[in-house]
Amino acid sequence: MEYLLTYYDKLFGAAVEHLQIILVSMALSLAVAMILTVLCDLHPLISGVMLSFLSMVYSVPSLAMLAILIPVTGLGRTTAIVVLVIYNQYLLLRNFMAGLDGVDKSVVEAATGLGMSSMQVLVRIKLPLSKRPMIAGIRIALVSTVSIATIAASINAGGLGTILFDGLRTMNASKILWGSILSALLAVLLDWFLGAVEKRL
Amino acid sequence: MGYAIEFQDVTKTFRGAGRPAADHVDFAADEGEFITILGSSGCGKTTLLKMVNRLYEPDSGKITLFGTDISTMDVVKVRRRIGYVIQQIGLFPHFTVGENIAIVPRLLKWEKEKVDARVEELLELIGLEPEEYKNRYPAQLSGGQQQRVGLARALAADPKILLMDEPFGAIDSITRIKLQDELLGLHRGMEKTVLFVTHDIEEALKMGTRVMIMNEGKIVQFDVPENIIRNPADGFVKSLVESAKAKEQFWERFQ
Repeated sequence: MEYLLTYYDKLFGAAVEHLQIILVSMALSLAVAMILTVLCDLHPLISGVMLSFLSMVYSVPSLAMLAILIPVTGLGRTTAIVVLVIYNQYLLLRNFMAGLDGVDKSVVEAATGLGMSSMQVLVRIKLPLSKRPMIAGIRIALVSTVSIATIAASINAGGLGTILFDGLRTMNASKILWGSILSALLAVLLDWFLGAVEKRL
Repeated sequence: MGYAIEFQDVTKTFRGAGRPAADHVDFAADEGEFITILGSSGCGKTTLLKMVNRLYEPDSGKITLFGTDISTMDVVKVRRRIGYVIQQIGLFPHFTVGENIAIVPRLLKWEKEKVDARVEELLELIGLEPEEYKNRYPAQLSGGQQQRVGLARALAADPKILLMDEPFGAIDSITRIKLQDELLGLHRGMEKTVLFVTHDIEEALKMGTRVMIMNEGKIVQFDVPENIIRNPADGFVKSLVESAKAKEQFWERFQ
């Protein structure tokens, strides 16, 4: 508690940095995932290949992934964001595709049979009918982003991870504790926010 | 112009299937005919139907609608000119009844006033008060009402051809008979060619101006109902007719 009171500005700054990384990563992740989802839906053959590839990528440990990308994008926030976006693709695409495939087959058949193009079926029928599983996927990706983002501090990306890693290096329990608590709090708050959004749909 | 619907030596085999779902199918339907396609599950009747609106593509042979080979036409345009009704109905749950019916006119970019007028006209045609039902969602309707809306949706852009895949298969028998009679009444008032798939011989004989009986991907007999009953083409048709007669005898026992 003492640590919080003394260094609240430092902690607060780290939390804001953390939030920035998360929001930028999530926005980019969603944009990329939507494009991939449209591709996979219109070309079912791509879908299988893409998902196996992404699951393979997802299984690479995050520290290793950061290290792999340093020669490409350098130390710092860019690399962190790239890694987070890559990890999110598996979570988002898998859930988005499951959502689309979960739409009642007879509804899709009727839409196709009445003369909607594949794109019209996707935009007017499948997407609106799979909002809930999609939001569920976004929630999972968000929480995972909050936690992986702490590891990004190891390559100077900033955020709450900086405090955690400082604590680890100097064996300072209160730093480790507050870094973790704030990161968890952030995850819970963001998830709660999306939960509220989900209820309104 | 030729026939409304013509199949010329059409064959379709699904990957991994031992025998063709449609085996050298050859037939023609005149404009205004109500053709029922009868057969047990897996006989290829639904495959045949879905080749007309190109949900399935044949491996060989040619299908023409009013003389035009459908494989040369834009697939989406073909479908918008054909009404399609399925057993599971498949109404769009997030659209109101009115929006469901308006879907094809809107795809065809009709003007809003014309679409609205058409929706009202169709709701009255199927016996659902427009003011009361237009803004409801499909989940707020009974099964029979939902299939009425499914029919209205198929008729919305006034297609010349109507495909119906066991439309009353999942509807209770009292409502089913009512819907059958209504559909026959509607058909009398319009110059539409209907292909109606069913596995119920009584329904097939009652509804069809001609009945097509399919078995193992082939057309076994294609004739007016009286001839099917009087001169069954083979053992399969005979057993079908006899099954209907046996049912009749069952009822007579209780009278």
